[in-house]
Amino acid sequence: MFDDGTPIYRQIADQIKAEIMNGSLEPGGKVMSTNQYAAFYQINPATAQKAFRELVDEGVLYKQRGVGMFVADDARDRLAADFRDRFFERVLAPLVREARQAGIPLTDIIDYLKAQEGALQ
Amino acid sequence: MSFTVNLRNVTLKYGAEAALADVDLDLEAGKIYGLLGRNGAGKTSLLSLLAAFRRPTSGEVRVGGEPVWENAPIVSRVALIREGGDFDDSETVKAVIETGQIRPSFDTDYAYKLADKFEVPLKKRVSALSRGKRSVLAAVCGLAARAELTMFDEVHLGMDAPTRDAFYKELLAEYMERPHTVVLSTHLIDEVANYLEEVIIVDRGRILRHADIEAFQGMGATLTGPADAVDALGLAALAEQRLGGTKSITVADALDKSVRERAAAAGIEIGPVGLQDLFIHLTDPNRNGA
Repeated sequence: MFDDGTPIYRQIADQIKAEIMNGSLEPGGKVMSTNQYAAFYQINPATAQKAFRELVDEGVLYKQRGVGMFVADDARDRLAADFRDRFFERVLAPLVREARQAGIPLTDIIDYLKAQEGALQ
Repeated sequence: MSFTVNLRNVTLKYGAEAALADVDLDLEAGKIYGLLGRNGAGKTSLLSLLAAFRRPTSGEVRVGGEPVWENAPIVSRVALIREGGDFDDSETVKAVIETGQIRPSFDTDYAYKLADKFEVPLKKRVSALSRGKRSVLAAVCGLAARAELTMFDEVHLGMDAPTRDAFYKELLAEYMERPHTVVLSTHLIDEVANYLEEVIIVDRGRILRHADIEAFQGMGATLTGPADAVDALGLAALAEQRLGGTKSITVADALDKSVRERAAAAGIEIGPVGLQDLFIHLTDPNRNGA
C-alpha cells in the first residue's frame, strides 16, 4: 500500500488531495474519520491524524467540532496550482534528467507528447 | 485513564553485570510504542521494571505518576505479556482465562470471544497447545486485561503470519476503542512499524534513540551511483558497498534539499532506509556512539 520513502501521513494527505482533484471527494463532502482511516490502512490513528492536521493547516479540509472533517469549498482551486507545480517538479524534472542521461533529445520528447495529445483528441 | 511511564537514573544489575545503566525514559499516556533492541540489549529487563516484576538496583520507576514497586492498585492495571504467557501448564485454557479475572478490568467475555476467534480450544490443557496457540492465548489474555499499560514482549513468537496479522488488527481495534498505553517489543520491526507512534531503541543497557516514527522514517537514506560522485558528496556513511565503479552508502541523517539536488544532478539514486535496516546499522557493535 505505502512506499517507505515518504512518511505515511504525507502519503495519506496526498491521496486525499488526489481524491479531491479527481472528484471522488466533493467540496463540502465529509471525509472518513481518523479511526476509520487507521482501521482501513492498519496504521496508528496518530498517523492519520497528522495527515488531517496538515490538510486543515493548508485549508483543504475544515473541522466541524463533534461532527467531523469536511472538504473546503475552494479546496480544488487551492490544490490546482499545487498540483501543477508538483507535476513539473516530480514528473517533468526527472524526465528531463533521465532523457539527458539516455541521450534522448528533448525535441523527440516534444514530438512524442504532441502525438499523444493528438491521440487523446 | 492510560498510564504514563517515567524512569529516572534507573540501573538494574544482575550480580555485577548491569542490564540497564542509568536509564531515563518518559512515555506519554495513550500512545503505541515500539521497543527495539538486539538480543540481550535490555528490553525485557526494562519491561520487567515497568510491570514491577523486578525492582531497580537504583533509580526511580514511576507508572501512572506513582512508584510502581509494591503498588498493587497500579500493578493490577499493568499487563506484561511475555513469550509463552507465564501459564501453569497443567491448567486448561478456560482456567487460564478465569485466572485473568484477578485483574479488576479483565473482560472475560472479550477473552472468550477472542479465544473463539483465534481458535484456541477452551477445554485443552496449556501443555497440549502448540507454541503458536500458546502465544495466541498469551496475546488474548493481554488484550482482555484491558490494562492502562499493556506490554507485549515478543508475544508473536510461534504465531504464523496470518495470526500475527489478525493479532495486530485486534490490538489496533482495542486501542482505538479504549485508548491506553501500549509497548510492543519485537524483532519483526517492519511488520509493526505502521502501528507505532513512537520508537525506542535500547542498546547495551541504554536508550540509544527515542523519537516518533516519522523521525526514524525520515532519518536515513541510501545513495547509489558512480563512486566518485558519491564520495564527492562528503556524507558520513553508516555502511557502504561497492560494485565495480558503483558505490552505495547508507546515511543516518535526513538529506537536505541541496544534497538531494547535487545527488540527482550527478546521477545518484536516492532510496529510503526501512526502519529495520536503520536499526541494524544503528546497533552495529562495530559502530561507536550513535
